[in-house]
Amino acid sequence: MVRGALAALILLTFAATALAAPAGPPIRIGGTLALTGPLAPTALLHKIAGEIYVDELNKGNGLLGRPVEWVLLDDQSKPDLTRSLYEKLITVDKVDLLMGPYATSGILAAMGVAQRYQKVFPHHSFGMPHLAKYEMHFPTAAFGPEPNRTVPTTVFDALAATSNPPKTVAIVTSKFSSAQFQSSGAKEVAEKRGLKVVLYLEYEFGNRDWGALAARVKDANPDFLWIGVLGLDGNQMLEAMKKLDYTPPRHFHLFPAPGPLALAPDAKNALSVTVFEEHPPFMSNAGAAKLVPLFRERATKANVPYPYVETQVAGSWAAWQCLEAAVTATKSLDDKVLAQWLKKNRVDTIIGKLRFDGPNNYGDDLFRVKQVQDGKWVVVWPREFAAPGARLLPP
Amino acid sequence: MPSLTLLGQSVVSGLLAGGLYALLALGLSLSWGLLRLVNLSHFALALLGAYLTYQLGHAFHLAPWLAAGLIVPAFFALGVVLHVVFARFRVTEFTSLLVTFGLAVILESLIQWFWTADYRRYETPWASASIRVGPLFVPTLELLACLTAATLAVATWAWLRFTYVGKALRAAAEDPAMAGAFGVNHRAHAFVLSGISAAYAGVAGAFIALISTLAPAQIWAWLGTVFAVVIIGGLGNPVGALLAGFLIGVSESVTMAVAAPAWAPLVSFSILIGLLVLRPERV
Repeated sequence: MVRGALAALILLTFAATALAAPAGPPIRIGGTLALTGPLAPTALLHKIAGEIYVDELNKGNGLLGRPVEWVLLDDQSKPDLTRSLYEKLITVDKVDLLMGPYATSGILAAMGVAQRYQKVFPHHSFGMPHLAKYEMHFPTAAFGPEPNRTVPTTVFDALAATSNPPKTVAIVTSKFSSAQFQSSGAKEVAEKRGLKVVLYLEYEFGNRDWGALAARVKDANPDFLWIGVLGLDGNQMLEAMKKLDYTPPRHFHLFPAPGPLALAPDAKNALSVTVFEEHPPFMSNAGAAKLVPLFRERATKANVPYPYVETQVAGSWAAWQCLEAAVTATKSLDDKVLAQWLKKNRVDTIIGKLRFDGPNNYGDDLFRVKQVQDGKWVVVWPREFAAPGARLLPP
Repeated sequence: MPSLTLLGQSVVSGLLAGGLYALLALGLSLSWGLLRLVNLSHFALALLGAYLTYQLGHAFHLAPWLAAGLIVPAFFALGVVLHVVFARFRVTEFTSLLVTFGLAVILESLIQWFWTADYRRYETPWASASIRVGPLFVPTLELLACLTAATLAVATWAWLRFTYVGKALRAAAEDPAMAGAFGVNHRAHAFVLSGISAAYAGVAGAFIALISTLAPAQIWAWLGTVFAVVIIGGLGNPVGALLAGFLIGVSESVTMAVAAPAWAPLVSFSILIGLLVLRPERV
């Protein structure tokens, strides 16, 4: 009887310790996001995702039993400022760990600083794997090592599986580094597959005059339009074409602002790529059931017009999951120890099992093709990842 | 070789884009040319006008022309108040760059605080409407913006050319001391002109809300091109700003149609540099 009571007491004490609020000095994780500037609308999604993650950590046992503090600075969408801020985070703020900024150019700038100080560097939105040479960077934008080949291949595979695959392609792309990189890859892939590329155009990031570009696409009259967009370029392009009484039969948007495109009246059946959407089988991934309602609540409160978890949010969440997994498994904050663990182990994340043992720490290309159907994004290709009952709708 | 339809469509597109450039340039040109204030906050005011048009339409279902009817007088008053501050602190042509840059950053932060950094789009039934002229399409809203720019430019030119206040403003810009000796009350006239410049930012904002997608950072998107328009058009010259807007708009658009679109910004700035080399007295 006494022995039983003692065992119960020990168990209760153990449980209470396990569920105790985190205590001690906080573990400080430093990073920047483009809270202002042209990348801010998408960076806002990363901010919400990160805040939820840190709040959830602190509601539990924190990291290693200590509370977590996210030291977040505004890099104003400027890579040069991003570089300086990461320098400050490491040398002045003396953060324990780093989290990457939003978008390729900022990440590349911060990666150099992380490398100089030998800090482990998880990040979530880097689109040019061949430029990421630092051995302790860990990307959760799961493009694989050659997204310029694999992403267009997935897209053209999806189109080829339809009853009337396109024969002619127009490619219009922003000169933003990752968009231009993958779009030029799309041109090569299309030509190798025997498709005729009737138009290839590059425009400056921040372009305002869409009328002339729309006129050129209309003049080329392709079966399929690939737009290497960032943010709202795709919306503007579709609107400009509509004003010329023209809608391309099929159109693909590389890195669109997901909400505005899904909700745009001209974006019916628009295509893009994703690593996560709020439907099976993705909802079975680690952390999905937890994040989806939390994100909807926070994003709605923050007036985000499309409060659903998709590529950007999921990529961000996965980066935090990787960091937590490494710290928890190694019980360490030592950058080299964390990096070694991440290189050797797969991490179960919201976007699937991630591995970092391939070229430049890239693993598999987890991107799938999605389409706007009834004002919402649904995955349509490959079939095993398609939303229940969904298929790629023809023009 | 581009088709004639493509060329024609790009000229139409360029003219209409130029109209919007001119609409944004009008107020800046007036304050720079006649008040000697390089008002960078003009772009922030225009975007604030756009967000207010969006908000009034979105939250209160107020038609954009009714929203503009509220915003334009309010901006006139705001322009007057701003000039009171500039006059009080004796802001000069050079310091105006710093002061108004700061003001623009503050306005950008306020816009972001209220509307967040996320994109906003004022959906209207006219957004995709066009008039067909033979094989060409003329987008209705852009056409309306262009006509408004032309009307305001000509009306402002006539006001400056034929009214006492206009003549006094031009005289004071040229030689304040001499104008003062002839009884010109430059201070009072400057308040009116500052109000008008801000009101023009409100008009431009209403059209930006209808034509573009809104994001706080957009304040800076127009800066380079509109500055080029103002300088090419001549400081304080509204009709010049209109024509320069057309020149820049068409040259950019035709470049996009016949060559690599990424070269388009090069064209407008090449025109500007060429002009400054040939006629440096324009600034």
